[in-house]
Parts: sequence; C-alpha cells; structure tokens
Amino acid sequence: MLSVVIFLPVVVAVVLAVARRTPTGVTRWVWVGTTAVDLTLTVLVAATPAADGTLQGEEQWEWMPGVGSSYHVGVDGLSVPLLLMSGVVFLVCALWSLRATDRPRPQAALFLFLQSSCLGVFASQDLILFFLFFDLSIVGMYFVIAGWGHGNPRRSALKFFLYTFLGSLALLLGFIGLYLGATPHSFDMVELSRSGAFTGAPWLASLVLAAIVIGLAIKTPTFPFHSWLPPAHTDAPTIGSVVLASVLLKLGTYGFVRIAIPMLPDAWRSWAGVIVAVGIVSVLYGALVAMAQTDVKRMIAFTSINHMGYVVLAVGAAGIVGSTSAQAQQLAITGAVTQMVSHGLVTGALFLLAGVFYDRTGSYDLRDYGGLARPAPRFAAFFAIASFASLGLPGFSGFIAEFQIFTGSIGTTWWALIALPGILITAVLLLRAFQRVFTGPTENLAQGFLDLRPRETVSLAILLGMSVVIGIFPAPLLAMIQPAAEAVVATLSP
Amino acid sequence: MSAVLVALAFLAAPCGVALLVIGHRADRVAPGISLGITAATLAAAIVAFIARPSVSLGFISPTGATLAVDGLSAVLLLTVTAVTLLVLVFAVAEKTAPAARFHGLMLIFSAAVVVTVTATSLPALLAAWEIMGAASYALIGFHWQQPRTVPAGLVAFTVTRTADLGLYAAAGAAVAGGVGWSLSDLAGAPSPWLHVIAAGVLVAGLGKAAQLPFSFWLSRAMEGPSPVSALLHSAAMVAMGAYLLLRLEPVLLVSEWAAPTAAWLGAATTIVLGLIALAQTDLKQLLAASTAAQLGFVVLAAGVGSTAGGTAQLVGHAATKALLFLGAGAWLAATGTKQLAALRGVARRWPLLGVLVLVGAVTLAGLPPFALWWTKDAVLAGALETSPALYAAGLLGAALSAAYSVKIIATVWAKPDPRDGEKRRGDRRWDTEERGTRRVPAGALAPMIALAVAALVLGATAVPALAGPFRSLIGGTGDPQATVPELAVSAVIAVIVVLLVGLRGVPPLPGALAWFGLERAAELVVAGPALRLADGLSRFDQRLDAAVDGSARVLGALAGGLSRFDDRLDAAVDHTGRATDRIARAMLALDRGVDLGVERIASAVGRLGRTAGRLQTGRIADYYSAAAVVTIAALLLLIVVR
Repeated sequence: MLSVVIFLPVVVAVVLAVARRTPTGVTRWVWVGTTAVDLTLTVLVAATPAADGTLQGEEQWEWMPGVGSSYHVGVDGLSVPLLLMSGVVFLVCALWSLRATDRPRPQAALFLFLQSSCLGVFASQDLILFFLFFDLSIVGMYFVIAGWGHGNPRRSALKFFLYTFLGSLALLLGFIGLYLGATPHSFDMVELSRSGAFTGAPWLASLVLAAIVIGLAIKTPTFPFHSWLPPAHTDAPTIGSVVLASVLLKLGTYGFVRIAIPMLPDAWRSWAGVIVAVGIVSVLYGALVAMAQTDVKRMIAFTSINHMGYVVLAVGAAGIVGSTSAQAQQLAITGAVTQMVSHGLVTGALFLLAGVFYDRTGSYDLRDYGGLARPAPRFAAFFAIASFASLGLPGFSGFIAEFQIFTGSIGTTWWALIALPGILITAVLLLRAFQRVFTGPTENLAQGFLDLRPRETVSLAILLGMSVVIGIFPAPLLAMIQPAAEAVVATLSP
Repeated sequence: MSAVLVALAFLAAPCGVALLVIGHRADRVAPGISLGITAATLAAAIVAFIARPSVSLGFISPTGATLAVDGLSAVLLLTVTAVTLLVLVFAVAEKTAPAARFHGLMLIFSAAVVVTVTATSLPALLAAWEIMGAASYALIGFHWQQPRTVPAGLVAFTVTRTADLGLYAAAGAAVAGGVGWSLSDLAGAPSPWLHVIAAGVLVAGLGKAAQLPFSFWLSRAMEGPSPVSALLHSAAMVAMGAYLLLRLEPVLLVSEWAAPTAAWLGAATTIVLGLIALAQTDLKQLLAASTAAQLGFVVLAAGVGSTAGGTAQLVGHAATKALLFLGAGAWLAATGTKQLAALRGVARRWPLLGVLVLVGAVTLAGLPPFALWWTKDAVLAGALETSPALYAAGLLGAALSAAYSVKIIATVWAKPDPRDGEKRRGDRRWDTEERGTRRVPAGALAPMIALAVAALVLGATAVPALAGPFRSLIGGTGDPQATVPELAVSAVIAVIVVLLVGLRGVPPLPGALAWFGLERAAELVVAGPALRLADGLSRFDQRLDAAVDGSARVLGALAGGLSRFDDRLDAAVDHTGRATDRIARAMLALDRGVDLGVERIASAVGRLGRTAGRLQTGRIADYYSAAAVVTIAALLLLIVVR
C-alpha cells in the first residue's frame, strides 16, 4: 500500500508524458484526481496501526544484497505527518493550476514525478533509497524552475541545482560513512538507528556527522548555506515555490530527526551546542534580513530560513542531555516536527498569495502597492490570516510548534532564550508588509487589482484551514508525533 | 457545571469568527448576535461566580487548557463580561460600522479575555494572552483606510508582544525547572529558573498593563474607535496585565527582587503617567495616560502583596474608566473632536452626559465617597506597611489623579467663552477629526448610567467595615486595611489639589505633553538599531551570495577539466549504447507490436528530452557530468574500501 502511495503519482506522470494528445482539461483533472487519491491512500496508511516492532505500511524487498541495501519503506510518527502535509500541498498545487495555460501536460507530469520523489524520501527506510529519491527531487525541481520560472530562471535553477546537489554529495559521503561504521555493514535505516554507527570511534563519527549535517544544512537551508534559496524562490513559478518551501526544505530537517540523531547519537550529543548556535543564528539572521526585503517572495524566503532555524535550534537542543531533561527533549523534537508541518501549510499559503501579486501585475515589489484591501478585500483577509499564522499567533499551527520548540529548547539550554526575539521580528516584518501593501489610500498597481478567484480561495482555505485545525486541536497530531519523538530521545540517552 | 465554563470561554469565539468570515452580509444581524452572546456570557459568568466550575482540556500538554474559577477570577469575569456588554450596547447605539467586522473582532477579543482570566495553566494563558494582543491590533487599526490607525496598531502589538516574550521564557524556564505549566506550581521552581519565571511574568504584566517603560503604546492605541478604548484600554486588555501580576504574586514574592521592582515601577508609573495625563490637551490621550497611572496602583498592590486592595482598585477603575472613555466617545461622535480646547463647556450642551462624566471624573480624582478613594487607600495601606517612601510616592500619584481629573471637569463644565457668541458656542472648533452628529443617542447613555452607579458603589469592596466578604473572596483577609487617618489624609490631599487646579489651572508641561519622548526613545534604542542591523545584514547577505557565485565559477573551471575526462567516458558509454541498440533491434525484430509501442515511447521521451535540452545552457551538461563523476568516484570509494 505504501509503495502505491509513493509510485502512483509517477506512474500517472509517465502516462501523461507519453499521452501527447490528452485534452488539457482532462490533464488538469487527472492531476487533481491523482493527488486526491494519493492523499486518501496516505490517510489510509496513516490510519492503519503498525504491528508490534514494525513500521506502518512497512515493505521490504531484496534489491542490492551485496551492499546491504534493500527496497525498504515504512512510516512512523515522524514521517506520517510530513507525508500527509506533502499530500495536501501537492493537491493544492494541482487545484491552483486548474486554469494554468503554460504547457499544462508536462507541468502536471513533472509535479507528479516530484511528488513521488518527495513522498519516497519520507517513506524510505534505506539510505540508498533515501538518497535516490532525495536526488530525484532536486532534478525535478530544477526542471520546474528552469522550465516554468520567470525573471532569470535558468541561472537560479542552475544555482539551486549545483548547490543542493553539492549538499546531496556530502550527504552521500556521510551515508557511505554510516555504512562503513556499522557492524555488520548496512544501509538499512532501521538497523542503523537501532545499533548506531561508529559507537566506539568518536572522531570518525564526528566526521561522518559533519558530512551529513552539511548536506542537510544546505537543503534546510540554514545560515550560511542558504544563498541558493532566495533566487530559487524569486524566479520559481508560484506552485514551484510552494513545493520548494513546503516540501523540499523539509527533506533537510527531516533528515536531522530521521538520520543524524538516531544513527550518530554520541556525536550528536557532542556537537549539539554547534547545532544550537547554527539554529539561533538562522532564526535571527533570517528574520532580520527578511525585514529589509522589498520583494515579497524574497521576504517569505528569508522567513523560511527563520522558521527552519527554529527546527534546527530544537533538534540541537534535544541533543543536550541532562539528568532531568527527557521531557524538554521530547517537547523540542515534537515541536520540530510540528513546525515542519506548520511551515509547510502556512508558507505554502504565503507563496500562493505572493503568486497572486505576480499573476495580476507582474510585480513582487511591496512598494508598488498601497491600500490594496479596497479593491481586493478577500486577498487582504487571506494575507492577514497567513501573516498571523506565520508569525506564530495562537489559534494557528505555528504557535503549537514554536511554543513547544521554545519551552523544550529553553528546558535544555538557556542559550535558546537568545532566539526568542525571532518571533517578534517576524511579527513586525509581516505586519509591516501587510500595512504597506493593503492599508492606507489605494495607489499605484493596487488600482483595479482583481480579488481572489474561487479556485484560489479554495486552495488557500485548505492550507490555512488545516493550520487552524492543528492550532486549536493539536492533540491528534501531537499524539502521532510523540511516540516517535520519544523513540528519538531514547536513542540520545547515553 | 463545567459546561458553563466551556460555554463562557468558547461560545463567543466561533461566533466572532463566523461574523468575520461572512463579512458585510452579516452587518445587519451582527449587533443582535453580538449583544445576545455577550449577555449570555455575562449570565454564564454569574453562574460561574456562584458555582465555581473547573474544566481540564488538553492543549499542547494533557492539562494545558485547564480553566477554573476562583475568587479572583470570579470577580474579574463578572467585571469584564459586564463591561463588554455595556460597551457593546454603546457601540450599537453609536452605530459603529462595519458592524460584522467590529462585533466579530470584539467577540474574539472577549473570548480571549475570559480564557486569560480563567486559565490556570501557561499554554492556554499564553494563547489567550496573544490573541488579545492580535485582536487589539485589528481593533486599533479598525478604520484601516486612515493612514495613522494601522501603524498605531502595529506599535501596540509590537510593544506588547515584546513583553509577551517574557511569558515564553517563563514557560521554558518552568520546563527547565521541572515544575510544569500549572500557574500555582510556578513559585516552586528551583533557583535560577525561578528568577527567569519571575522576570518573564513581570515583563509580560508590565507590558500589557502599559506600565513604564512600555506605556507609550497606549498613547498610540487611542487611534482606535472609542468603544475599543473603553473596553480594551480600560477594563480588559491592560487590566489583564495587572491581573497577571496579582495572580502570580507568589512568584514575585518568592523571588524577593521582583515584588519590590513591581511595586516601585507601579509607583513610578502613577507619578510619571500622572504628570503626562495632566499635560494632555486631547481627552482620550489624557484618559489613556491616566489608565496606565491608575493601573500603577494595582501593580504596586501586587508588589506589596495586597491582592484584595489591588483587585478592588482594578475593578473600580474598570467601571470608572470605561464610563469616561464612553463619555469621550459620545462627545467625539457628537462634536467630531476630542481636543479639550474645543470641548470647553460641552457638558452644558449635553447635561446628562456631562453629569455622568462628572461622576466618572470625581471618582477618578479619588474624592470621597466614590470608589477609587477607598480602593486606592487599601492599596496605599499595603504600601505603608512595606515602606514609607513607597507610601509617599503613592500619595503623590493620588494627588496627580485628583489634578488631571479636575482638569476634565473644569474643561467640560467651563462657562462658555463669551467670544464664541450665544448660539452654537464652541461649534467653530468642532469637526476637526470627524464629522460630528450633534446628538448623543439615549442608547449610548444607558450603559454609562450603569457604569456610573458601579463607580459609586464599588467602593464597598474596600470600605474597611464592609469589605470583609470581598476580602475573603479574594483570599486577602490578612491584607492591611486603610485606617481613618490615612483615609483622611488622602481625602484632604485630593480636596486641596482639586481646589488648587480648579482655581489656578494647570501650567503647560511640554515634556509630559509628548509622553516624555518614551516612544522616540524606544525608536532610538531598539527599533532604529534593529532596522539598521537588518539593512546591514541584508547587504552582507548579498555579498555572501556573490562569494558563493564566485566559488561556483571556480567549480565550473574544475568541471571543465573533468568534462574533458568525461568526453572519454562518454565515448565508452556511447559504445555501450550502440551495443544496447543492436540488442534492442534484435528484440524488436522478434515482435513488431512491441516494436511500435516502444518506438512511440522512445520518440515521446526523445521529445521530452529535447524540450529539456532546450531549457539547459550549454554549461549544465558540464556540471551534470562533474556531478556524475563525483558520484561514481564515491561509489568506487565504497567498493574499494569495502
């Protein structure tokens, strides 16, 4: 069943790619239908409890027994929330593109391919498989930006490709290190998490961890490896930005909780302080630089660096183990996973909103607008809601995530207090942008601005509605994450 | 009974959200719905006052949203729900529009206040606390078309959220200290963390209550509609800051330094903001400054452990100040101005309104026998027990309250300026801020009458002979009470100041008029440097980006070298390809049907490939091959090392 979830989109993608004479309308609805069916199947997988000692939807087939690699997939509380979030995001992208006119058939095929590769990463339980899906997602996104982007798409796409590919090579190096460090040699993630790698060789373990962390930090991205992100977002098409921010960035942060912590727990504990520092710098740096932006997409891109900084801070803080820190560590990990889901939903909505600017006037510049709430009240309302969601207002998922991240991180290290102004700066920058664009007298490009269309409203309502549901009733999501977070924390205890 | 509490806390919010979502189409029904819900909430608050329900709900932690009603929250619940209802009656009478958005936001706000008052655990408290702040932002910026309102909302939201960070820190420290998030357990945290909790709570409370040094946001908040000022900036939101300090008084006391700090900051606020109020020329600005000054007494009470006195002051002030803000709002709607100079003698034109404002101002002045005279002295009795200097500072603050209150009375009841002529006196200076309606609706006066009665009788909460039940309700039976000499002293001071100001007037105080440059200082010290840092980092980021591009060029050169190697590799691959081709042809010969299909797929793939090829620059092939080579090298390494 899980394999069907992973491969259904790519199978449909191949059919779409080959069937050249499919009418455009059919293509669009096939895309929507496939994502909807795939999301339903994911819900079914998530709803089926795992038998004792196995993973949900676990499947294992022999693949490359010579190098200890198999086709092994399965999900747990760390991956199910991300699979569900990705499913929702891809569905929303399909809905958003129902009126797309620019080569709709290849676009649908490409996004379905991208969906398979992303879902594959979250479901993989084998490092080679993980790496394969991870790289395919980079290739897919390269073509999305280069083929459907605007501005200077080829340059941005190339930069994105080179930078993240370099990161994935560091990751591969780390994976090979993990393989060599485990006895018996294995690429199996379940086994590696159970036994750990390089348990007796701290320096080797640290080197391997460095390779993995650099690989993941580029993907996340954290300071100072983030410079591919703003141009990629600025020049990507709207739904490309959405997938990039909502799903692709999570591949990096997911790697921290899935691979780096459980497989190299000793090294992680030794270097947790560095990770915390990187997290704090990313939080403050991302927020401050975002505040200085005038391009709405660049601004949102930098808030992503800020939001991913919270995740890095939390996973770092979880590595600071004390005698009574188990509760705090669990809060931090649970908060980190919640933040991944929350950021996916909320930033997805923000990038859709940014796309509306481009669609109507071709300008992302905040200074080109004023008093936009008069011609486009619904757009203003959604932008305000998305801003409040993004700044972590209670009632939205961001608060659940950030409250846990901060209380958990402060619970293990007081350095986390330094990152607190991040939530203040984010609030100021988003509300300043809102104020600039939507309030006051209507001027410049705001005149005659077309309000949200029903299809756009529905897409945004899905994403932000989910954020509200999580924000008010966090219990189901947290119940899903907590056992897995507990397991991660258990691997960290010395 | 817990159903009452759940209804109390959560009935208003979804209705508010529904009004916001439906928008203009709900404008006609919004006032009715809003009044119905707030009346029901008030009824539920009365039931809760008697039944004292509690309910435990999960929110982040399994008991994160535990709500309970004890004496303190019962009193405050009644106060805020009653004031909310009265203020909304006023707003309906004054036809605040667009109604759906206004009442939707007010309902969300009031739900947040109810949760804040009843929450006994940090997650729910902080959630409601921040929603109050956001609702306040939206309500201050309610008339977003006007250029000054939304920036004013942003200032208010930013300053209060800065202070809110204190609660995040406190929640983290509670985890670090291992005491959990229940409010009653916080005081038991071990040493370094106890101080973080105390500091966090103190900052959060001071920020929301507009105490020094945060007070300036309240000045900007006056850009909001009058009913908003009457509810948020007198009885509810700012009062919640003071409530938090009363509620968590044990934490402040245990830490040893936080309680005196709170007491002195409260006392300083009564004096400094008292001066600021005295200097104002705008009625709402005067009231705003006096709100911060009066809440200074509550904060002082929290600092000296005089919970009963502080609560009495909080409740008495809520009624008084809501009354005065509604009065200012009624005149603003009728005359189109809130400038004191333009409002000279306005009470003579609307005498009933004038009398009501007179009652409010006399109460605010601390004149006997009105409520604030008693409540303020209950607070000061606690101060005297702690430190005579604190008592003296409090008395000075009390004298200033008398001064600014009498300034209101002297202005609105002034004899008309003879130069203005007999008819339509003062009118020529009206309509400077909006178009006045020249009428005060009866519906707007009704809630003010109720508030005026409350301002009269609420003194019973602090009259030494009558306050027994109230004090045991709050759990402050042992708190110090005002003695007859103390009451006499404060009464005499108030009367003297009233006479002095009434006869001699107020000298101009230019520094105080500009709120002593508090906002400017915050801009200089915090906002300005933060923005400059943001610009600097943004420039740095561009340089970082350029450096990355530079290194990419180096990589490109490297890739060029590698690609020469790759050409040879490519040739080898081609060779394999040709072999595959031959096999494929042999296979195809076997089955023509398969042949057709495969050919079609192949041509489609080829076309896709060509499309993809068109997307690429020449150089990406180099990069791909470089990447491929590195991958192969890594795999070789794997095979060799294995």
